[in-house]
Amino acid sequence: MALLSVKDLHVSYGAIKAVRGISFDIDEGEIVTLIGANGAGKSTTLNTVAGLIKPDSGSVDFEGETLLGLRAHRIVERGLALCPEGRRVFTQMTVAENLEMGGYTRTDAENRETLEKVYDHFPRLKERRGQVAGTLSGGEQQMLAMGRALMSKPRLLMLDEPSMGLAPILVQEIFAIVKQLNEAGTTILLVEQNANMALSVADRAYVLEIGTIKKTGTGAELLVDDDVRKAYLGG
Amino acid sequence: MFITQVLNGLQLGSIYALVALGYTMVYGIILLLNFAHGDIIMVGAYVSWLVMAQLGLNPVLAVILSVAACTLMGVLIDKVAYAPLRNAPRLSILITAIGVSYFLENGAQLVFGADAKVVPAYTDLQTIQVGDLALSFPSVLTVIVTIVATVALTLVVQKTKLGKAMRAVSEDMGAARLMGINVNSTISFTFAVGSALAGIGAVLYAMAYTQASPTMGMMLGTKAFVAAVLGGIGSIPGAVVGGLLVGFAEVIVTALGLSVWKDAVVFLLLIIVLVVRPTGIFGRTMNEKV
Repeated sequence: MALLSVKDLHVSYGAIKAVRGISFDIDEGEIVTLIGANGAGKSTTLNTVAGLIKPDSGSVDFEGETLLGLRAHRIVERGLALCPEGRRVFTQMTVAENLEMGGYTRTDAENRETLEKVYDHFPRLKERRGQVAGTLSGGEQQMLAMGRALMSKPRLLMLDEPSMGLAPILVQEIFAIVKQLNEAGTTILLVEQNANMALSVADRAYVLEIGTIKKTGTGAELLVDDDVRKAYLGG
Repeated sequence: MFITQVLNGLQLGSIYALVALGYTMVYGIILLLNFAHGDIIMVGAYVSWLVMAQLGLNPVLAVILSVAACTLMGVLIDKVAYAPLRNAPRLSILITAIGVSYFLENGAQLVFGADAKVVPAYTDLQTIQVGDLALSFPSVLTVIVTIVATVALTLVVQKTKLGKAMRAVSEDMGAARLMGINVNSTISFTFAVGSALAGIGAVLYAMAYTQASPTMGMMLGTKAFVAAVLGGIGSIPGAVVGGLLVGFAEVIVTALGLSVWKDAVVFLLLIIVLVVRPTGIFGRTMNEKV
């Protein structure tokens, strides 16, 4: 049974149909990526799975049970965490407080344990734990956003554009951490515009175009696929 | 004489501060100017009157029931009137707040009549002797209670899990949801705390002015709103400083024998702040939420 299974999902904003019948699934332990141009419906799909948007139709099942109708905070309790596009850390709170918010659904004892693991993955966050998040660099904010999402100990971590606006060296670092998190046992659903990086870390990928899935395959297959190369990898 | 005036300023300012805290907290979390907030005080004053003058019960019970009634009323107003409009344009919810305010004022008039009721004294102790000075006990109590309430509120907001959730929701509601924070209950909690402070304010106000009337919350609420804007709306220390400034401004104007001008001076202060520093003393420019 797939960990997450999305079937025939339709989502719209008013009259605009953003997602038109997407189906995909993720197995335990995988890194799966959704790639595609701006407006393809990638973020909309993640936000729908996370419970921030209500779909028009379709199904979203996690560990065999539907997530539809659950409010976002209940979905976090089920073991899904979304690290949103644009990081959206709480800029007026400290690094430690941001991480504490990430573990909001868990007990203090559980959080103490998880916090150590998060600090192991992101030593820089530990150094800056008393600093107000708004004063961090973009790369550090991304690490904080990821660390914060990990604080709920998700079975499935959804990352929305983690490389956005970061210098190439930091993009490398972030993707290395994504790989590392996956090896430590977290299943990952990754949405990226940087298709090259995404495909090179992903086990499988889905290519989205105007709200539908155009292609699917392993990361390695799609990296050498002619259509994908032309459209998303710059020839 | 001078000490008495300072104490008067502190007393009035403290009451404004307590009410301003509720304005500022609700604005901080859902960007709503809750114009019904002042009328909550009226509810609290009537409850005290009911409990003491009508039922003849203990003043301590009157305090507890007044604060409880205000807390409940604040949460109820949010659930019934504002929560259904959470995703509506901000103007709709603002107009609703004005509607709720009129509803409460006219409701009170219908139930209790238009005449003011006399709230009995909560305590027989009217003055306390400090050295040579005879200080008004309600004034001293008001100042002490306000200090304690402000410190307690600051601790709640800075240190507790719910307080941190409030700050998270006020900064980014969507991101807060993704943390597993129940946004609706966090907003309810904010209304509860703000209204409880208004309840305390109601008791202190009734202690000082011994009256309950349907429209008593109108001017008090408006001035507390001025205090919140003066201090920087959304800021907790700002609400306290703003409240004290408004209180002292009124007392100074009255002491100069110009008491007919005291309301005008408060609003003049507001105009000056809006012209010179629109974000208020402690305010920072807030990013409009998209």
